[in-house]
Amino acid sequence: MGLFSGRKSRDVAKERLKFMLIHDRADISPRFLQMIQADLIKVISDYMVIDTARMEVDLKRVSHPDGHVRSQLTASIPILQVKNMGKNR
Amino acid sequence: MGEVIVVTSGKGGVGKTTTVANVGTALAMRGNKVVLMDADIGLRNLDVVMGLENRIVYDLVDVVEGVCRLKQALIRDKRYEGLYLMPAAQTKDKNAVTPEQMQKLTNDLKESFDYILVDCPAGIEQGFRNAIAGAEKAVVVTVPEVSSIRDADRIIGLLSAHGIAEPMLVVNRVRYDMVRRGDMINIEDTTDILGIDLTGVVPDDEKIVISTNRGEPVVADPKSPAGKAYRDIAARLMGETVPFSEAGDSAGFVSKLRALFGKNG
Repeated sequence: MGLFSGRKSRDVAKERLKFMLIHDRADISPRFLQMIQADLIKVISDYMVIDTARMEVDLKRVSHPDGHVRSQLTASIPILQVKNMGKNR
Repeated sequence: MGEVIVVTSGKGGVGKTTTVANVGTALAMRGNKVVLMDADIGLRNLDVVMGLENRIVYDLVDVVEGVCRLKQALIRDKRYEGLYLMPAAQTKDKNAVTPEQMQKLTNDLKESFDYILVDCPAGIEQGFRNAIAGAEKAVVVTVPEVSSIRDADRIIGLLSAHGIAEPMLVVNRVRYDMVRRGDMINIEDTTDILGIDLTGVVPDDEKIVISTNRGEPVVADPKSPAGKAYRDIAARLMGETVPFSEAGDSAGFVSKLRALFGKNG
């Protein structure tokens, strides 16, 4: 039993390590991710109103069919409203 | 021609020096000519762990600076035939030598010795670059804890960037009782996360502290579980296949296997 939760501390350690190593190996810091997120907001806001509070930009490890595990940048961006694109058509 | 193997970890205090002392002694006990080289300039420790601290006259920096000849700085361990120590300087700092000088030093040693084990300082700075400069192989030592494994991963990346691919992994200070309870990262988790092959599992053993107190490598103690683990690592470095199933757990064989591979129950 873990000290603060019902989960085995071994499993907590494993999960934390995996997350740390994704960032370490990709050489991408949380601050760098924030910069990407800020730029994404800037670009997308020209076209839609997005929920920046619930927006998530994250690095994940994804297994590819060729057997390699690679880092993948994932952005989840909730849209509140699509702007009137009439003038851009 | 001998082999130069650097023992490194990134994080300090995980057992690099103890590993060098014991694996090196075990290799000498098996009839090899061995140099234990302390590359931690300014913070030498290997001499103390080996109990040879009173016999130092010259050191590695003296050799590099031409103050003495290579053979003059090598301390012969009278207890083990073929075992020698190249001490680090205690008063200089890590910038006293360059990677090129370290490379020349290890190349010279390779001509008369079978194994040169280099005890790398903690960290990833100049001292690390010096220590790995002449090495063709590396042993990465980690303990089963998040901070140590994280640093080991970083070191594996740096070694590969310096042309040392696929280092060997030693997991040190394993507490099988905690592994069984699910309160310690197990061996399989560690190799999975780091993605390199396992060369040794050293159980936590209070005899390490006692042997370090005395300046006598634990590997000579036939009853010490850690001592056995170090002898197994030496055998694997010599190319022998040694099973991992007898890694010094006091419990039965089956629970040993379970602990090793993290199966519950």
